[in-house]
Amino acid sequence: MSTRLFGEPVRRREDPRLLTGQGRYLDDLGRDALAAAFVRSPHASARIRDVDVAPALDVEGLVAVYTWEDLPERIGRPLPLLIPHPALTHGRTAHPLARDVVRHVGEPVVMVVASDRYAAEDACALIEVDYEPLTPVVGLERAVRGDALVHDDVPGNVGAHLVQEVPGADGRGAAEAIEAAPHTLAFRLHIERSASTPLEGRGVHARWDGRDLRVHSSTQTSTSVRMAVAAALGLPLPNVEVIAPDVGGGFGVKIVHPWPEEILVPWAAMTLGREVKWTEDRREHFIASAHERGQIQDVRVGFDDDGRVLGLDVTILHDHGAYTPYGIIVPIVTSTQLLGPYKIGAYRVEFSSVYTNTLQVTPYRGAGRPQGVFCMERTMDKIARHLGKDRAEVRAANLIGPDEFPYDQGMTFQDGRPLVYDSGDYPRMLRMLKELIGWDDHVGRPGLGIGLGCYVEGTGVGPYEGGHVQVTSDGRVHVSTGLTSQGQGHETAFAQIAASELGVPIERVSVVTGDTRRFGYAVGTFASRAAVMSGNAIALACRKVREKALRIAADALEADPADLEIVEGEVRVVGAPGPAVPLSTVAVLANPLRYAFDEETAKATQFSGAAPPDRPPVAEGDEPGLEGRDYYSPVRSTFAAGMHAAVVETDPDTAEIRVLRYAVVHDCGRLINPMIVEGQIHGGVAQGIGGALYERMVYDEHGQLVNASFMDFLMPYATEIPRVETAHLETPSPLNPLGIKGAGEAGVIPVSAVIASAVEDAEGFPIDRMPLSPSELYHLRLRHAGQEPGGD
Amino acid sequence: MEHEITLVVNGAARRVRVPARRLLSDCLRHDLGLTGTHVGCEHGVCGCCTVLLDGEPVRSCLTFAVSVDGREITTVEGLAGPGGMSPVQRAFGECHALQCGFCTPGFLCTVTALLRDNPSPTEEEVVEGISGNLCRCTGYQNIVKAVHRAAELIAEEGR
Repeated sequence: MSTRLFGEPVRRREDPRLLTGQGRYLDDLGRDALAAAFVRSPHASARIRDVDVAPALDVEGLVAVYTWEDLPERIGRPLPLLIPHPALTHGRTAHPLARDVVRHVGEPVVMVVASDRYAAEDACALIEVDYEPLTPVVGLERAVRGDALVHDDVPGNVGAHLVQEVPGADGRGAAEAIEAAPHTLAFRLHIERSASTPLEGRGVHARWDGRDLRVHSSTQTSTSVRMAVAAALGLPLPNVEVIAPDVGGGFGVKIVHPWPEEILVPWAAMTLGREVKWTEDRREHFIASAHERGQIQDVRVGFDDDGRVLGLDVTILHDHGAYTPYGIIVPIVTSTQLLGPYKIGAYRVEFSSVYTNTLQVTPYRGAGRPQGVFCMERTMDKIARHLGKDRAEVRAANLIGPDEFPYDQGMTFQDGRPLVYDSGDYPRMLRMLKELIGWDDHVGRPGLGIGLGCYVEGTGVGPYEGGHVQVTSDGRVHVSTGLTSQGQGHETAFAQIAASELGVPIERVSVVTGDTRRFGYAVGTFASRAAVMSGNAIALACRKVREKALRIAADALEADPADLEIVEGEVRVVGAPGPAVPLSTVAVLANPLRYAFDEETAKATQFSGAAPPDRPPVAEGDEPGLEGRDYYSPVRSTFAAGMHAAVVETDPDTAEIRVLRYAVVHDCGRLINPMIVEGQIHGGVAQGIGGALYERMVYDEHGQLVNASFMDFLMPYATEIPRVETAHLETPSPLNPLGIKGAGEAGVIPVSAVIASAVEDAEGFPIDRMPLSPSELYHLRLRHAGQEPGGD
Repeated sequence: MEHEITLVVNGAARRVRVPARRLLSDCLRHDLGLTGTHVGCEHGVCGCCTVLLDGEPVRSCLTFAVSVDGREITTVEGLAGPGGMSPVQRAFGECHALQCGFCTPGFLCTVTALLRDNPSPTEEEVVEGISGNLCRCTGYQNIVKAVHRAAELIAEEGR
């Protein structure tokens, strides 16, 4: 196999179109489509008394107005609960349009279809909805009081409750181990809400031609949208195709499906016999898509004189908002990935996932890991502080050793499989990080702090992905996979894999993702899984193609297939630059023809003499064409890891926090394209900095999201983001043929923990709550100087 | 009521009938079919919709089309020359300064004007110069690198 392209910083093939304005994002499609817009609830909790659409009926360009009562039974049903779990005893999902009650600001109540968006919005503004406001449940503390309910039939607002417990080596449970430990600490941590906030929001475009439905959606899973849409509309699956066009970022939010709009827009297109499009606006994205992160964690830990953890007990309150379409994946990930690269004596984790009258909570890049890592890393720092030890030393005392893999944490991970780490070298990673940031040489002072954070990330979760590879008679290689792309450079990385596996110039390879016309079986893009899952599936499919090409070429060259190789798109005898057969010819020979369409294909026709007259043209068990399809389905996840460190400066007067340096050591197994991996890390760290210092979803007591715009939700600009210094460690995964682990979420995971660690070091008092604004830091200073009462 | 206006877009005069309230971004995208200009927030904060109006960067989502009747507009579709992509476009590709590409047209227009006015900006001037554009993918590091690289390319090519 040629490995020249695998591992090289190959320039992205996506870029020329994206740099010249030739990308095709959702709103770039369907120029003549009708536009949909929605009347959304202004209340967090209310009963709908009446909807009066009459005032809107005179709007010029109005085509249709729909409330829940106008929907056929199968369209009006609650949306699917995507990931059921036995512990999710009270899972609830929304109706596509609100039925009688609304449970968060932004919930869709009426759909309007008009000639263009301006007219649709005009009509929305004139529709009068009469609400009877109810008492909203906002905030975790309020939710668990249970005196007001989000869903009448969910007592105490608790949707799910789950306990996982792993005894220590001596068989003792966490409570007992903590009790018996030489040192114990107990504390509470808070993490606030943030959100994916891709710069392109959601969007759906649908076209119905009387028999077939074509849906474009800005989604992270086109195959699953297709199945959900076909089921909701009662259409045969072959008559529905779903395509993810260029997608302007996802970061998790676009894995949720089907959104109300993904059902309603196709239904409207069928009902009206017209193309219909809906493009989410920024306010809608804030109040009607999904958020993540919000948790309160109560921690008890017992440890020995060296800082080794003997017992850890964590109780998590997780705010999942008004509905649970994505189940309880986020708190499950938090409670399992909390363990990080450490051997924890005995561990008990319990979470309650509760309803509030706020936007639903579903995975955002990191998907619960940032909260888990915040918890564990704060714990490590507190242990070090308690013992007066170096923070890196305490971590080193707890790390899993490089000779202890596979390492079984004894828990059940988010894929329902055992939490078993496949490979890694955490002590070496810690040494690399200390060197990169200059840990041992750092001279701190008040206002200048250094911090670190470590994590392990389960990536490449199943169940499977597939790849299809076809070589056509022009020598081109067409690769397709079902999962989708939102900027990760899949067209490039997958082309590198195919070119390397097949021995063809990368210029001949094209890659299609997220188009159900090309590949119908897939799961989707999330959990840093695309490279691991589709990358390996494509490699396996290429190996099938390669084997077939060598077999066919062996006949032509009268050689043994084992003696052949493919170099620069030609099959030849290994090491011999003699006679060679180009793959284009092999593709011709692979497909016996009756009809030629050019000189080359004439070689495969029935009078050409190419095929022996005594054998069927397509041998038994064989198939025409030079193509292959294969799937990669891992027994369990593979575990990437990373360690980050930062140096921060805090302003003595304004309490502004500046990140002076940020260092990352990262291990995602074998790198396909280091340029793309570094880009993923840079972007992840930037989102992490946003989550640590700037971004939060501010709900008032009425359940109004008061900062639902880019003016008020502070996404960082270039002025807020430090330069990231990176170093890579490559411990290949033994679980997959390419030895790769995922990288997509890596950058974001430990950032809040790292910044808290560094600010704590600079300020000398504990940081137990993120994000941390200058104003909050200022008040913490006053409190710790004894000038302000209270606090937690 | 509709108004007939003429916009000189990427060097070509385009006549279009628009209502007074039509945003320039919508006019470019939906009336003229130039969908390279993107809309990320509709309130002038993200910078995705940045185009050059008589050479100066403006937010097309905060501009009424009728208010720029007769003016010259350059969109991302007009940045490339007859010889191919502009130095700024090439530098962005070379430095991996884009991922999903949604914010990219706004950055390209902003940086094109920035380097015209200041051909060799300092690190600080670069960061300040792009601080009106949001990117959610790249963490900006490679965008900053690309601006410096574009400055080099422009200097080398004497443009």
